[in-house]
Amino acid sequence: MSPTWTRFNIVSVTLGFAFLYLPIVLLVIFSFNASKLVTVWGGFSTRWYVSLFQNQGLMDAAWVTIRVGLISATVATVLGTLGALALVRYTRFRGRVLFSGMIFAPLVMPDVITGLSLLLLFVAIDLDRGFATVTLAHITFTMCFVAVVVQSRLLTFDRSLEEAAMDLGAPPVRTFFQITLPVIAPAIISGWMLAFTLSLDDLVVASFTSGPGATTLPMKIYSQVRLGVTPEINAACTILIGLVTAGVIIASIVNKRREVQRLRDEQAAQRG
Amino acid sequence: MANSTLTDVAAHASAGKSLPARLMVGITRRLVIIVPYVWLLFFFLVPFIIVFKISLSVTAIAMPPYAPVLSLKDGISALLSDLGQLSFDNYVWLTQDALYINSYITSVVVAAISTVLTLLVGYPIAYGMARAPASLRPTLLMMVILPFWTSFLIRVYAWIGILKPEGLLNQFLLATGIIDSPLIITNTYTAVFIGIVYSYLPFMVLPLYAALEKMDHSLIEAAQDLGCPPITAFWKVTFPLSLPGVVAGCLLVFIPAVGEFVIPDLLGGSQTLMIGRTLWNEFFANRDWPVASAVAVILLLILIVPIVIFQNAQARAQEAGR
Repeated sequence: MSPTWTRFNIVSVTLGFAFLYLPIVLLVIFSFNASKLVTVWGGFSTRWYVSLFQNQGLMDAAWVTIRVGLISATVATVLGTLGALALVRYTRFRGRVLFSGMIFAPLVMPDVITGLSLLLLFVAIDLDRGFATVTLAHITFTMCFVAVVVQSRLLTFDRSLEEAAMDLGAPPVRTFFQITLPVIAPAIISGWMLAFTLSLDDLVVASFTSGPGATTLPMKIYSQVRLGVTPEINAACTILIGLVTAGVIIASIVNKRREVQRLRDEQAAQRG
Repeated sequence: MANSTLTDVAAHASAGKSLPARLMVGITRRLVIIVPYVWLLFFFLVPFIIVFKISLSVTAIAMPPYAPVLSLKDGISALLSDLGQLSFDNYVWLTQDALYINSYITSVVVAAISTVLTLLVGYPIAYGMARAPASLRPTLLMMVILPFWTSFLIRVYAWIGILKPEGLLNQFLLATGIIDSPLIITNTYTAVFIGIVYSYLPFMVLPLYAALEKMDHSLIEAAQDLGCPPITAFWKVTFPLSLPGVVAGCLLVFIPAVGEFVIPDLLGGSQTLMIGRTLWNEFFANRDWPVASAVAVILLLILIVPIVIFQNAQARAQEAGR
């Protein structure tokens, strides 16, 4: 017998999701508010979206953020995947405890510490603060998230597939690219997406490590929010939420299709 | 083959092969480990050493704004005499000013209370999800993760519009006649609690759900068949079995919450004293890098015990999954 879904369970899940989503829904609704007062409804309007796209400062910051996110997520995915392989596949090497510590610690490290320590490193090695330093900082803290995501997939990986390929004479590197990589690809893609969103999202580390000309969108939003809540920021947030939601939904549809295809292939193979 | 590694298998496969092929395998193996290792050493470990060193320096009106700047430019003897200038004065300063001690204590207390609140809010949600029909669970899981993908800053910002004196919550409560005058929530610790519970809820729900979902339901049935009332069965069977999830969830909330900056700054305002804000102000407003570094070192020392527990839990989970 499977557990019963009691009324108590249904109510607690519903209330929980209401708590999680209501603030976001309200934010989106009030981005279409004609009134300048964020919390008083003055009719439907898209004027804040128009003024948003005319706000050169915000647009520049958005462009910087996207470039930092794309570069840092890509490098972090390569480094994080290597880190996950090292952790899962090589159970004995010198300094492994330190290595796994350095992979897991950044997951919970307060942003202020990460930001300050990286800034002091950049100053110590005399690297000018700007686009490059923000990107390096983002690579460093997001690669650990990628490593954890890929690692959990590698742990459930059926090693006999690789052994079969190598018994058939495939060299290890080719086995990796033709067998291992396709199997762990979904985890690598979600790792990349996670790294990209973490980079888009980051305020604290970017504030410490950024310099003139490399103001990111969260830094811009933060400085405006401190001056007061404006509908324009609501509009900017709504666009970001829309982009992320679309990305996640597309990714899950692609995943589902691939899963269905795989099942069909397996059935076809069995019928032979 | 349980302990075999990619290279073992490869060595076995290439035993009859040429030396270059075996060399390739060794080089690949080294690269896989060395590249991420060196990156983390340089960008994660070395920065901490620098933070510690600068915490022993004094502020200077220069760039970089601290002294001494250790370098080999002026030879070994100059470097050695510079080393002699390092001192623990900043740490003494931290103990003498009540601002810092209060910030640390408040941060730990606020984080602890928020963690308990997040557990109380998150447990029924995770429990309900784990008991939902199996076909519904992936969707519910995705719905818990989705807010995590939207910006942290945006989610905290959304609460300002709800909680402020003329905000939506007060409008609603005044309109329904529950209260007569607006509640003051923004710029209080209540707002900080709400912000932390809201922002970190997915971190609590996910490990709890993972622990509850894989639980064997027949254990509960057995307890109930033996006459155990549902509430007792929960406390004697379900809750103890979910403890690994509880521990993981609490650490994932508590550790980052202690050093949280955005939530106390935007929702708590200048009234709330938390160490993340103190460090930020020390660095950006006072431009005192050595004291900011000392604040960071002490914060790290406070967090080292929970971080080590977290790492051990992660490593154990990894071993269990092997």
